[in-house]
Amino acid sequence: MKKKGRVLAASVAAFALALGAAACSGKTDEPSTPAAKDAYNAALTAVFNPSDKKGGTIKLAHSSDWDSTDPGDTYYGYSWNFLRLYGRSLVMFKPGPGSESSQLVPDLAEKLGEPSDGGKTWTYKLRAGLKYEDGTAITSKDVKYAVLRSLDKDVFVNGPTYFNDFLALEDGYKGPYKSKGVDTKAIETPDELTIVFHLKTAFGGFDYFAMLPSTVPVPEAKDDGAKYKTHVVSSGPYMFDTYEAEKSFSLKRNPNWDAATDPNRKALPDRYEVQLGVAATDIDNQLISGDLQIDVAGTGVQSATLGKIQGDQELKARADNPSIARLWYTSINPKVAPLDNIECRKAIMYAADRTGYQAAYNGEEAGGAIATSLMPPQVPGAIKDVVWPAGADNKGDLDKAKAALTACGKADGFEVNMAYRSDRPKEQATAESLQQSLGRVGIKLTLKGYPASDYFALYAGKPGFRNGEAKLGMATNGWGADWNDGFGFLSQIVDSRVIRDSGGSSNISVYIPEVDQMIDNALLETDVKKRDALWGQVDKRVMDEAVILPGVWAKALTIRGKGLTNVFVNEAFGMYDYLALGAAQ
Amino acid sequence: MVNYIIRRLFGGAIMLFAVSIATFLIFFGLPRLAGATPESFAARYVGPRATAEVQAQAAEKLGLNDPLYEQYGRWVKAIFVGADYDYGPAVEHCPAPCFGYSFITKRPVFDDLLDRLPVTASLALGAAVIWLLAGVATGVLSALRRGSLFDRFAMGTALAGVSLPIFFTGTLALSIFSYGRPFDWTARGSSYTPITEDPGMWAYNLILPWITLAFLYAAAYARNTRAGMLETMGEDYIRTARAKGLRERTVVVKHGLRGALTPIITIFGLDLGLLLGGAVLTETTFSLQGIGKFTIEAINKGDFPRIMGVTMLAAFFIVIANLVVDLLYAVVDPRVRLS
Repeated sequence: MKKKGRVLAASVAAFALALGAAACSGKTDEPSTPAAKDAYNAALTAVFNPSDKKGGTIKLAHSSDWDSTDPGDTYYGYSWNFLRLYGRSLVMFKPGPGSESSQLVPDLAEKLGEPSDGGKTWTYKLRAGLKYEDGTAITSKDVKYAVLRSLDKDVFVNGPTYFNDFLALEDGYKGPYKSKGVDTKAIETPDELTIVFHLKTAFGGFDYFAMLPSTVPVPEAKDDGAKYKTHVVSSGPYMFDTYEAEKSFSLKRNPNWDAATDPNRKALPDRYEVQLGVAATDIDNQLISGDLQIDVAGTGVQSATLGKIQGDQELKARADNPSIARLWYTSINPKVAPLDNIECRKAIMYAADRTGYQAAYNGEEAGGAIATSLMPPQVPGAIKDVVWPAGADNKGDLDKAKAALTACGKADGFEVNMAYRSDRPKEQATAESLQQSLGRVGIKLTLKGYPASDYFALYAGKPGFRNGEAKLGMATNGWGADWNDGFGFLSQIVDSRVIRDSGGSSNISVYIPEVDQMIDNALLETDVKKRDALWGQVDKRVMDEAVILPGVWAKALTIRGKGLTNVFVNEAFGMYDYLALGAAQ
Repeated sequence: MVNYIIRRLFGGAIMLFAVSIATFLIFFGLPRLAGATPESFAARYVGPRATAEVQAQAAEKLGLNDPLYEQYGRWVKAIFVGADYDYGPAVEHCPAPCFGYSFITKRPVFDDLLDRLPVTASLALGAAVIWLLAGVATGVLSALRRGSLFDRFAMGTALAGVSLPIFFTGTLALSIFSYGRPFDWTARGSSYTPITEDPGMWAYNLILPWITLAFLYAAAYARNTRAGMLETMGEDYIRTARAKGLRERTVVVKHGLRGALTPIITIFGLDLGLLLGGAVLTETTFSLQGIGKFTIEAINKGDFPRIMGVTMLAAFFIVIANLVVDLLYAVVDPRVRLS
C-alpha cells in the first residue's frame, strides 16, 4: 500500500511537471501581416501582394485524405493545382490572374502540340536540359511510359480516362504492368525529345489532354505502381521531403530543377507543408488566426465561418469569392408529356424564380451567380445571350409564362413530377422553390426524392425509369468541367449519344441530333478561337430548346492566408494558384 | 498469482480468437448473405471505373472466391508467419505479426496501427490521469458535503459533462482557448509532438484534448464515486473506525474510499481499454492522427482489413485492461483473493 501511495504521488508530480512545462512552452510566432492592404476580392482578378522574395514555408491543410499524389492517379482540381510544384506536364494552364489562367502554355514541351492527319496525330517536342530530382535527364520515353501506366485503371483507380478513350491502342493492350514487354504504336518517341500521340478519332483540343497530370514524366526504373505516390520522382521545382500516408507530406526544393528550362514557375517558398485529415472547422479557424495559409480543397469555408466573415468587415477584407466552373441546373425532360411540347417547357423557363434557385444555394457569395446559359462565364466560348429572361427582378416573367401555357394548350397549367437528390438539402430546396414559383402559373410539381448514390444509375439517369414508370418531367442536376473549355464542360451533358439505356449518364434531357452534329464539328476544329465559338453555338442551341433550366454558376467564399505573397485566383482551377504563392517571411 | 495470470492470459487469447472469428464473419460473411459477391468486395479496391472483368480478376487475386474458412485461415496464418501481398505491379511482404494488408493504402495494417498508437495512448493515458483524479476527488468531496452548495454545483457540472458530446465541448474549447476568442492559451487543432521529442510540447499540445476528454469521463466518475462513498461511509466498519478514534482523514481515505474504489477501478479499466482502441470523436475534433481517426478513414473507405486490425487491437486492450483490473482488486480490497 505504501508503495502504491508513492506511485500515485509520483504520477501526480509528473503530471504537475508536465503542466508546468506546458505553461512555459510558447507558440511559434505568427507570420507577419502582408504589406498589401486587405480588400474583399483583392486576389480575384489581380495579383494580391506581389513579391519576388524567396524563402519561407507555406502551410496547407486538407479536411480529408489526398486522392493520390501520383500524377497518373489523381482527379481533383486541388491536386492538379498543387501537383505542378513537383511535376511538369507537356502543357499547362498559364499561372496568372483572371482569364489569363485559362490559356494553355507549353511546360515540358517547347510549344503547344502540332496536329497532323486532320487532328488524329499530335506531336510535341520537349525542351532541352530537363532533369529529374536525381539529376538524370527527362526524355520523351518517360512521358510515354507515364501516359501508358496511367491507362491501368486497376492500379490507378482515380485518374481520368481520356487517354484510354482516345489513344489508338492495339486490341488487348493494357498498359506496361499487364502487357509486360509489349510496345504500342499509339505513342511513338522517334528521338529522346519528341513524342507523337496517335488517336482513334480526330480531336482538336488534344492540348488539354497534354495538360493532364498523366503526362508528367515517370522514370520506369523508379516506378512501383500504386506505391509510387509515396516517392514521386520530381520534375518540378520541389521534391518530396516527407510522406506519411493519410497524415501529412512536405516538399522541399529540388536542386536539379533549372529555372532556365521553366518560364512558368517562380518557386518562391523553400517549403510546402501539407497536413491531411484536419477538421474542416479547425482549418477555417487556423486560416483566420494565421497558423495556416491555404485550405487545399479550395471549395470555400464552412457555414459557421461564412456567418463570421459576413459579419466582420476586417475578416471579409481577407476573403475572395471565386467562381468555380460548375453549373447547378434542372433538366426538363421532353420525353414526358406535356413537356414534349416546347411551349410547355418555355412556360417553365419563364415562370421559374431564379432568385429562389439562388437562395436554395445560400445566395450569391456562398452559392453562386444566377446562370443564364450552360457554360459559366470563365469558360472560353461562354455566351452572353439571355435566351429566357426572367423579368427585371429575376423572379420570373409570369405574363410570358402564361402566354406560353396558352400556346401549349394548357392555359390552366399542368402537373409534372420532379426528381431531386434527397440527401442533398440544396437540391431539395431547389425543388421546393420551383414548386412554389411554377405553382404561380398553375404548373403543379410533385417532388420525388431519390438517393444521390443511385440517382443517375437507377433513377433520373435511367431512361426507362424516368420516361416510363416514374414520368420524371424535371430533375435537379449539376455539372463541373475537368477543365475550362466547351468539350470539358458540354460534351457529357448535351450529347445525346452519351445516354445509355442502362443508365448512369448525366445527360437526362438533351436529345437534339443537330447538337450532336455540332459537337462532332467542334471536336475536329484545331483553331482554338473557332473551336470556342463553336461550343458557344452548341450552348445557345441547347438553350433555345428549353430542355435545361440553368440555376447557378457556383462560387465559393475563401480566406486568403496571412503572410502570403503573389496570391491570385487561377480561373482554370477556380481556387488560389498554388504554384505562384510566396511566403512573406 | 502467477498461475492465475497465466490462466487469464490463456483465457484472453481464446477471447481474442473468438472476437476475430466474429469480426471476420461480420465483415466477410454477413455481406454475402445480403447478396454481396466476391466481385462486389473487390470493387472497392479497383475503383469506380473498373470493368466487370477487372473486378473478377481482383477478386481472384485477393482470394475472395475461396471459402470463408480458407480466407480466415490465411488471415490467422499471416499473423504468425507473415504473408506476401500482390498489390498490382509488385509483391510486398508483410512480416509477422501481419494483421492484414490494406489494398487501399497499400500498407500492412500492423505498421499503421503501431504508428498511430502513441498518439492515442498519449491522449487516453493523459486524460485518464485527469479524470481519475478530478472525478474521484470531486465525488469524495461531494459525498462528504452532501447537499452543500459544492455538492450541487459539482453534480450539476457532472451532469453537463456526461450529457455534452465531445464534438461540441471540443469545438467550443478550441474556439475559446486556442484561437484568441478570447484566450490564446492552448495549442491549435492538429498539434501533436511525440513525448520522446519534447515532453513539454507534448503536454502543451495535448492539454486541451485531455481536459475535454476527461470532462466527459470525470463527470461519470464523480457521480459514481459519490454514490459509492455515500454507501460505504454508512457501513458499520466506518463507525467502528471512528469509534477506535482514527483521524477523520484516515477514516475517509483508507476505509471509506478504498471500499468505494472497487467499482470505479472496474469501469476505469474498461474505459481506458476502450479508449486505447481509438478515441474517435476526440481525435476527429482535435485532428489528432491516432487509432480513432485511422478507424474513421478505414470505415469511410470500406477498408475491411484495416477495420479488422483495429477491432483486434481494441479487443486486445479490453482483455488486458480486464486482467489488470482483476489484479488491482486484490490490491485495493483485502477481501478479494486471486485463485
